[in-house]
This record gives sequence, C-alpha cells and structure tokens, in this order.
Amino acid sequence: MGYGVYLPKYRIKVGEIAKVWGMDGERVSKSLIINEKTVPSLDEDTATISVEAARNALEHAGIDAKDIGAIYVGSESHPYVVKPTATIVAAAIDAVEDLTAADYEFACKAGTAAIQSCMGLVDSGMIEYGLAIGADTSQGRPGDALEYTASAGGAAYIIGKKDTLADILDTYSYTTDTPDFWRREGMDFPSHGARFTGRPAYFKHVISAAEGIMERNDKKPEDFDYVVFHQPNGKFPLNAAKTLGFSKEQLETGMLIPNIGNTYSGATPLGLAAILDKANKGDLILAVSYGSGAGSDAFIIEVNGRNEEKRNMKKVRDYVDRKEYIDYSLYVKYKGKLKGVVLQK
Amino acid sequence: MRGIAAHWRLIPQRYNLVGTKCSNCGEKFFPPRVICPNCRRAGDIEEFRFSGEGRVYSYTVIHVPPDGFEFQKPYILGIIELAEGPRILSQIVDCKPEDVEIGSRVEKVFRKVIADGSEGIIRYGYKFKLKDPKEKPRRL
Repeated sequence: MGYGVYLPKYRIKVGEIAKVWGMDGERVSKSLIINEKTVPSLDEDTATISVEAARNALEHAGIDAKDIGAIYVGSESHPYVVKPTATIVAAAIDAVEDLTAADYEFACKAGTAAIQSCMGLVDSGMIEYGLAIGADTSQGRPGDALEYTASAGGAAYIIGKKDTLADILDTYSYTTDTPDFWRREGMDFPSHGARFTGRPAYFKHVISAAEGIMERNDKKPEDFDYVVFHQPNGKFPLNAAKTLGFSKEQLETGMLIPNIGNTYSGATPLGLAAILDKANKGDLILAVSYGSGAGSDAFIIEVNGRNEEKRNMKKVRDYVDRKEYIDYSLYVKYKGKLKGVVLQK
Repeated sequence: MRGIAAHWRLIPQRYNLVGTKCSNCGEKFFPPRVICPNCRRAGDIEEFRFSGEGRVYSYTVIHVPPDGFEFQKPYILGIIELAEGPRILSQIVDCKPEDVEIGSRVEKVFRKVIADGSEGIIRYGYKFKLKDPKEKPRRL
C-alpha cells in the first residue's frame, strides 16, 4: 500500500571509532564493508524514528489513518521496557482509538515479524489496513566489534489488500533456539557469541529461510530481480548471496550497510524500501531478515504497476545523503555512554 | 511524576499541532482557544489541525539552559509563524545556530522534548527543522 523510511542526520565514520581503540580504520572498514553509520540525535529514539517513518508511509499510501486496524512496532530498543511504542505512534499519526497495537521484539527481525502479523490480520479480514514498523537505535558496547555497525533508523509499511504497490506472494520463517546475541534485563549493552553469530546463526537461518521459500514456490535465484538480506555487516549478506547463487547486481540496490550501518529491526525493511524506490512492474524481490536468538523471515514480493505511478517521494537515498559527521566524543555524548551524565534528567 | 494528566491532555496538541479555528471569522488558534476573541458570542469554534509548515519569525540561541536541556546546548529556540497564522515557540533542530535565519522555511518533526528523570515518562512533541538547509530566505 505504502511505505516510509527515516534515518537520523548524524554519521560517524568507522575510522573515527577505530582510532579510539587503536585499530586500523581502513582495515576494519574493509573487513566489515562499512564506511560510516547513522547516529541518533539526543532527542531521537525508536519512538520518534517510528513516527517519522509512519508519517512518511501514510503520506505515500494516501489513506486515512483512522482506517488502520493494527500497529505493530518491532525493535530491540523500545524507549520504555513497559509501555508500548506502538501507542505513541498511533497517537502521533492519529490512528487512535479504534485499533489494536503492540510492540514486538526479536533482535533484528521484529520488523518483518510485524509485517507477517499485519498480513495475517488483513488476509483474515479482521482489519482493513495494518501498519508494521521496524526501527531501532541500537547499542554497541564501547570497544566492541558491534560499535562499528550498531546504528539507528527505521521503515514503516502499510499492509492492505486494495490498491497495493507490490504484493507479498508468500512468506516463510525458519526459527530455532540459538543463543548468538542477547541482552539481559537492565543491561545497557548486548553480548554476543562473536564467531558463533556466523555459521550456526546468521547463515544457517538466512539460507534455510531463503531456500525454504524458493523451494515452496518453485523459484530459483535467477528468477528474482532483487534480493535483500539482513545486514549486520557488509560481509554476511555478500556471502549469503554467493552461497545461494545470487549475483552482486541483484544484491546491491538493497545493500545500505556501507553508508548507514546496521539499523537492526530497520535493516531488512529499509533495504526493501530502497529496492521499492527503484523497482518496476513485474519485478520479483526476495527479502530475508534475520533476528538473533534466532530466526529468519523470508518474503517473495512482486511489484505491480502502481509502484511506478505512485513513486515514494521521500526516498531512502535522500535520507542516506542527508548527513553531518560527528567525532567520537560527540558520539559518546549523543549515545549516552558517558558515566555520570544522565541524559534523561 | 508531576503533571502526567496535564501532558496526557495535551497529547493532540503536542504530537499533531491540533488547535482550533473560528468558522465565523476564519482565524486559527494555537494553542487552541475555546472562545474566539474577535467574534465573541457570535464565534463558532471547531477543531483545526495545523499543517506543520511555517517560517522562522524570530529565534534565539540558548547557552544557559534549564534543567533537562543542559546537554543540548547551544540549542535554538524559535518563534515559528505557522503557515495558517499563529506563532508558536519551539526548538529548531538538526542544524547549527549559524544555519538559521529569520524567514527560513521550517517543518514540524516528532522528537523527544523532555523526560521526567530516568524513571519518569518521556514527553514527546513537536519541534521544527529547516525545510531546505541551503535556502537563503527572503526577509519577512
């Protein structure tokens, strides 16, 4: 129906972070395939990013917010532990009061889980439109490898049956109990299993979900015009594409990580939005998210003619290009990592 | 924990710039008025939603902020003339003081305004950003 994105304006270069920890910035950049990442401003969080993305999606869809029957916000950095982000979004887009809403958490795949929930409610006829959002202001422990990638941003999708821009032909999920990345209650920063996050975690789930959905639909990699995978760094999606038999050309449109970092729950939805910004009638897209813990949601999406007629004017590229660099000390302040400084006073 | 109910009542204003309009004389009000000062008894007040577009009528830069804003300094506080008429006070964000000029076009954004400490509620609301940071405005 419509989609919208939002990225904060501030950026920090990987080299700037590497300098602090005595690492070679160029080597880190090259090995993770990331140049810079987004940094939220002091007054931005998952709720504000979700609202901006949702407002853009509504503008694009051109529907009345009152017709939205469900709002799900997927994130691992909800501003409150108890009190939904989804109700803040509902009030800010004026979708209240006749709707259901909830927050989702599944590491980096909560956004695509929200899309699936909306699909179910729309398909069953329980609601007319659903709003699914994936957004995060993710945290990386100072000095940890995650600090080079953990960024902020989000995307919102309005799911409905009438006047669609693209149609979700099928969705398939692959889920296991794999402790590769976690954050316990009350902890500021997540922990992860370093190399364990690779083969038994990211690759196993992403590849199984992609293969599962292609097999079920009798499709081969060459049948798709675009593919987007979850992007925790630049290397993982490249390797997943190679293993599955996708080309660099199919992958590159949705590869946003080199310039914005890992937006966690926002990553696959944002990559998909970058593809929709360009895609034409008949284009077939494979989207596969990944959430640690662990699971993958795969989608086969066919773009229809309305996407060309009703192009989204607030493109991912515009947000990627709107930027201002900050240094590490400002970054530390914006992210609230300074001891003794209580930002929420 | 003070003022939760007051904040809750103001959510439509703070999130969506919901004000009022007098359908008799056409004047729009923000914050909302319940009686039209022009038409008085003849006035007819109804809800009106502002577009969030406007211009910088005037601005100042805060270097000595009140509690809760100290880490944002220096920040810009502007009087925004909304496209529909009323002037409101708001922070102007995502730019430096030298980027703002009187007459600059601005649009509303949704931001965190202040939190009641680390345990209290977070108050969200409108702020404004420059519509086109490179624009050289025509003086009002």
